[in-house]
Amino acid sequence: MGELSRLTISQAREGLRNRSFTSEDITTDCLTEIEAADALNAFCAKTPEKALEQARAADARLAAGDAPDMCGVPLGIKDLFCTEDVPAQAGSNILTGFKPPYESTITAKLWERGAVHLGKLNMDEFAMGSSNETSAYGPAISPWQRKGSNAALTPGGSSGGSASAVSADLCLAATGTDTGGSIRQPAAFTGIVGVKPTYGRCSRWGVVAFASSLDQAGPMTKSVRDAAIMLEAMSGHDPRDSTSADLPVPNFEAALTGDIRGKTIGIPREYRIDGMPDEIEALWQEGTAKLKAAGANIVDISLPHTKYALPAYYVIAPAEASSNLARYDGVKYGHRAKISANEGITEMYERTRAEGFGAEVKRRVMIGAYVLSAGFYDAYYRRAQRVRTLIKRDFETVFADGVDAILTPATPSAAFGIGEMADADPISMYLNDVFTVTVNLAGLPGISVPAGLDKQGLPLGLQIIGQPWGEADMMNAAYALEEASGFSAHASRWW
Amino acid sequence: MSIDKDTARRVAHLARIAVPEDQLDALAGELSGILGFMEQLNEVDVDGVEPMTSVTPMDLKSRPDEITDGGYPERILANAPDAREGFFAVPKVVE
Repeated sequence: MGELSRLTISQAREGLRNRSFTSEDITTDCLTEIEAADALNAFCAKTPEKALEQARAADARLAAGDAPDMCGVPLGIKDLFCTEDVPAQAGSNILTGFKPPYESTITAKLWERGAVHLGKLNMDEFAMGSSNETSAYGPAISPWQRKGSNAALTPGGSSGGSASAVSADLCLAATGTDTGGSIRQPAAFTGIVGVKPTYGRCSRWGVVAFASSLDQAGPMTKSVRDAAIMLEAMSGHDPRDSTSADLPVPNFEAALTGDIRGKTIGIPREYRIDGMPDEIEALWQEGTAKLKAAGANIVDISLPHTKYALPAYYVIAPAEASSNLARYDGVKYGHRAKISANEGITEMYERTRAEGFGAEVKRRVMIGAYVLSAGFYDAYYRRAQRVRTLIKRDFETVFADGVDAILTPATPSAAFGIGEMADADPISMYLNDVFTVTVNLAGLPGISVPAGLDKQGLPLGLQIIGQPWGEADMMNAAYALEEASGFSAHASRWW
Repeated sequence: MSIDKDTARRVAHLARIAVPEDQLDALAGELSGILGFMEQLNEVDVDGVEPMTSVTPMDLKSRPDEITDGGYPERILANAPDAREGFFAVPKVVE
């Protein structure tokens, strides 16, 4: 078993159409793999009956010749997405028992196109984290291990369950969400591809909100081609999300020619940070050389406000989170604390939230409340929004100067061990997002592509940043990099 | 900007999160550390720079003001910790 769960989306599409196997065959294989992989803690809710029902319906569509690209493809769904009548907790105890009575726009689009729902995937609580360790379900574990060690490693976060499940071939692909790097960092840590689209490309409706001006959903897949196929299925205007863009969705897969001759790739000098491991620097230089060999013009560029992206992010994201998470009050859904007869609604709110939220979520909600409070709003929140304007302007300037895309490392290190950051202060964990967070602040698309292994045998990724709405060109450059890198490593099975 | 214990207590209350008295000092220290990290923003010259309000230039769409969904209160209330007679129930708010 496990042969069919290893398929890419494009391989499955071909095999399903020429009747080499059925969607029920692939789905059954994935379900078997999932049952055998509890040690990875990737799935937090399994939906086998629904999956088999959808697989049979997909097989009927395929037989009738009415089969979109995603038809019959089994997927894992990040727990942040609401799918009807399936538990959705966003990795938090405050949503214990919540079953959404509705379907998110993105998952509705995927099911309409015949995709199959295998279950919900583990994540950091409310997507706040870079290691999946803030999850109420306990951390998801990476299928990867260091050479000669069986220490449990993080798959990254917040979409850690998605990264673990795709990398371990429990599903063909998964949805993720990315507010500061939560698709791209876990993709890089586990040797898979992750796309954060342009802000507004994918509807946020039915996706539990963290920081609404930064959140975007995207695909996490085994290849750039799969990312193109799946992103197209997830994209498009939605009247129920006022920030979703009313723009036509290109055929992303058709853009994957691998021809990047004459394209200008910028290498931002501010991304060469102090203390960055030599291996990351070497990987970046090799990636640059590969794009050059493929015919791209390489130019040195400057994004001068880069160092202010993380502090701006850690004002803006907690501010928006403190507002979004105000809805968890023990009234409408989820956990409610018990109070005594002489206590009132304020005690009920305060104790519900103290019991339901984990430490990192509480920390960010309180920081958010502080930076938005009277007397501090201008000094923190308004200043951060002005810095955000400057960060976006940095990118606009280089794009106006003729840069088509930007190449950077995806993360400042390979995956670290579960618990290794336990004694570190919160800010050292925030540094995981140093290369990815600028993209969210500027609303741009970014893709993480596996590019090599470090000395310990762990995957490393490179990031390509595209122009607004330029996912097609961005993914084509990523495709050229993928072809040149020839990354094909897999984690050895220990689970 | 350093946060003292009283400010930590006030922020916890603003956020409606109960924090035991004996944990307020630790909370104040943690919040001060994070705010210290944000102080870097003071190095940036933001004179004449507009605060960002929308990351992608677009006009919000308008639509007819009409009911497009609903009519299933029992489905909504099914998730409530306490629902009675078609309503969400909460502890007494007004004396």
